[in-house]
Amino acid sequence: MDFNDTPQEATFRKEVRAWLEANAKPKSATGFSAENPRFQRNETEALKIAKAWQAKKAEKRYARITWPTENGGLGGTPIQQVVYNQEESKFDVPSGFFEIGLGMCIPTVTHYASKDVAARYVKPALYGEEIWCQLFSEPSAGSDVAGLKTRAEKDGDDWVINGQKVWTSGAHYSDYGILLTRTDPNVPKHKGLTMFYLSMKSPGVEVRPIKQMSGGANFNEVFFTNVRIPDSQRLGNVGDGWGVALTTLMHERLAVGGGQGGSGADVNELLALARETELEDGPAIRNASVRERIAEWYVRGQGLKYTTYRTLTALSQGRVPGPEASIAKVVVAPKMQDLASFGMDLEDMGGVMVGEDSPMLGAFQQSFMWAPGLRIAGGTDEILKNIIAERVLGLPADIRVDKDIPYNKLPTGR
Amino acid sequence: MNFDFSDDQKMLKDQARKFLTEKCPTKVVRKILESDEPYDKALWKQIGEMGWLGTAIPEEYGGLGLGHLELCVIAEELGRAAAPVPFSSSVYLATEALLIAGSDAQKKKYLPKLASGEWIGTFAIAEGPQPPSPKTIKATFKGGKLDGTKTPVPDGDVADFAVVLAKSADGAGERSLSLAIVDLKGAGVSRRAVKTIDPSRSQAELSFKGAAADALGPAGDGWDLAKRVLDRAAVLMAFEQVGGADACLVMAKDYALNRYAFGRTIASFQAIKHKLADMYVLNELARSNAYFGAWALSTNAADLAEAAAGARISATDAFHNASKENIQTHGGMGFTWELDCHLYYRRSKVLSLALGASRVWKDRLVNHLEKKNVA
Repeated sequence: MDFNDTPQEATFRKEVRAWLEANAKPKSATGFSAENPRFQRNETEALKIAKAWQAKKAEKRYARITWPTENGGLGGTPIQQVVYNQEESKFDVPSGFFEIGLGMCIPTVTHYASKDVAARYVKPALYGEEIWCQLFSEPSAGSDVAGLKTRAEKDGDDWVINGQKVWTSGAHYSDYGILLTRTDPNVPKHKGLTMFYLSMKSPGVEVRPIKQMSGGANFNEVFFTNVRIPDSQRLGNVGDGWGVALTTLMHERLAVGGGQGGSGADVNELLALARETELEDGPAIRNASVRERIAEWYVRGQGLKYTTYRTLTALSQGRVPGPEASIAKVVVAPKMQDLASFGMDLEDMGGVMVGEDSPMLGAFQQSFMWAPGLRIAGGTDEILKNIIAERVLGLPADIRVDKDIPYNKLPTGR
Repeated sequence: MNFDFSDDQKMLKDQARKFLTEKCPTKVVRKILESDEPYDKALWKQIGEMGWLGTAIPEEYGGLGLGHLELCVIAEELGRAAAPVPFSSSVYLATEALLIAGSDAQKKKYLPKLASGEWIGTFAIAEGPQPPSPKTIKATFKGGKLDGTKTPVPDGDVADFAVVLAKSADGAGERSLSLAIVDLKGAGVSRRAVKTIDPSRSQAELSFKGAAADALGPAGDGWDLAKRVLDRAAVLMAFEQVGGADACLVMAKDYALNRYAFGRTIASFQAIKHKLADMYVLNELARSNAYFGAWALSTNAADLAEAAAGARISATDAFHNASKENIQTHGGMGFTWELDCHLYYRRSKVLSLALGASRVWKDRLVNHLEKKNVA
């Protein structure tokens, strides 16, 4: 057992490191700096910086390390991607705008579209010139995404789209999207779906931001009113949309498994807060109940970290990682919620304050307000537990009362 | 990154599992639970013959000279089998105490016999129902003589010798304690088995009245040495706990799949699926924390104390959860003497207390974090 690179990994790390040093600024010791593009508040400005950085990476073939060279990748291994991510995380560089497109949409397009079509879209996405979004979830189809309503009806060589999508990250700055629609409501729900891609500038597409309970607006509603999509933009066969969506979601899992988001208040922040907070019987850090909680969350965080190391080891040895990687989000999200709430408890009556009136610029309050979303986005805690139970432990799937019933005969709520 | 056991270590683990599946099915555990036998002597003998007891003992002292990673994989399998043998007392505790604190003469005297299984050793620190500390320990070790009472001492009724933590100086400071090694068959020692929640592992009260004993390590180092021994044992026991937790998950899963209610297997109900998913999550976190402990133990890392605390807290949490929710998954049947669920429920609690409760380890962990943060 050791945590060392193999000689090949070490060589690659050196190359990456040298390139990053020549092209980006190392993170400051405190982590938070005003110049850090990760904390750029103005989205238009942030997007400009991100696109420039993405083009640089793509030029060096670091934008997608595991993609084949003919698609602009490096033709590298998953562990090389991890090494790159580890090194990049030490620098103040933008992130976030291209993950959905490159992680999910483009792999789906290249899988199902013709070579020529794929060639048209791959490079602009890789260079950050075109951004993609994923149009799956609907107001009445969240965890049960196959229950979606948005209709696609054939009209000559076109399909006409009417309906609404929701929780679409980045729709407002996206150029293209992949869209899952219902083409046949007369068959059971999984069988009547078809996937398309379309320009987000198409007539009849309207994007509206959703104001979240946290006050921010990271997601959108997208409305489709008589939007025409040529049949040539169909991905997969008519009625095979569910299978196509599973391909996309499989890529999502790989993309998400690659790195664990470490923003918001965590144990280090809690430790710092406990040191500086005076409770009725002395500093919070000396209080037994506070210490107990810190230890519990620390151990959970470490458990996840070392679980990632196990996954990386498998990748490094060229093996398929075990299912243990599937536990990450269901641990991270509830932990964030509980830890943030506890941090605010330490601040006591003052815990209600946010921003500059609050310790660490309100990090605990921010996490508290963000955590409910994290427990839902990308698979709710409940769905993730179903996935562990079914795919890892091999327990039976739920009995599906809607399996053999035509979609348009299914009972619906309000 | 090579955060995994080697192929040879995995092979050793497979062999251990095969051996214990054959020689230590739960009816063997039950036999000890239901009788006055303190441990399974035949199984102990075979374990000794296979060399497991001397896994981490250097060859010059009669061991296999492998290492602690090998010991970790064996520990996991012993936990899975809930083996009714004094392995943890003799190997994780007595052997480790001698390895880190013994003089060459002491190592020569004790280690070969520990490796062969001819002698059983144990570690005696508790003095009744409270955490042992420099403030609470009353037993004394002065002028080469031990006086006082230690209870409960795991395997104290069958051990040949014990490493004892006792007062060697006045006051309640950490330097007031020393370790002593005492022959339990010698004069001035009396012992009585105590009843515990898990009779498949025996424990005893040891009373010393002027019993002749040898110092183990320098005088005044007792508390520090005891903590170091406990750190090492915590990593090994974490693997035993992970093995036990895994066994509980497998039992719960098998039962749920084959139990039908309301016209379907109960494994298809989300209430059960989520319960088992939660078990899996805690078990994997525990396994990963235990791996880090294994790395720290096998490399004598500066982070060993922190890694050991993490491994122990996580493994205790996982085994406790798995053992109780396994019973819950079994419903009424889980509460019967006949089913094996209670073997693991008992064992889980015994292991969680054996090296000190989680509360204490959490406090120690935060001590380490505080120090690290300052540095």
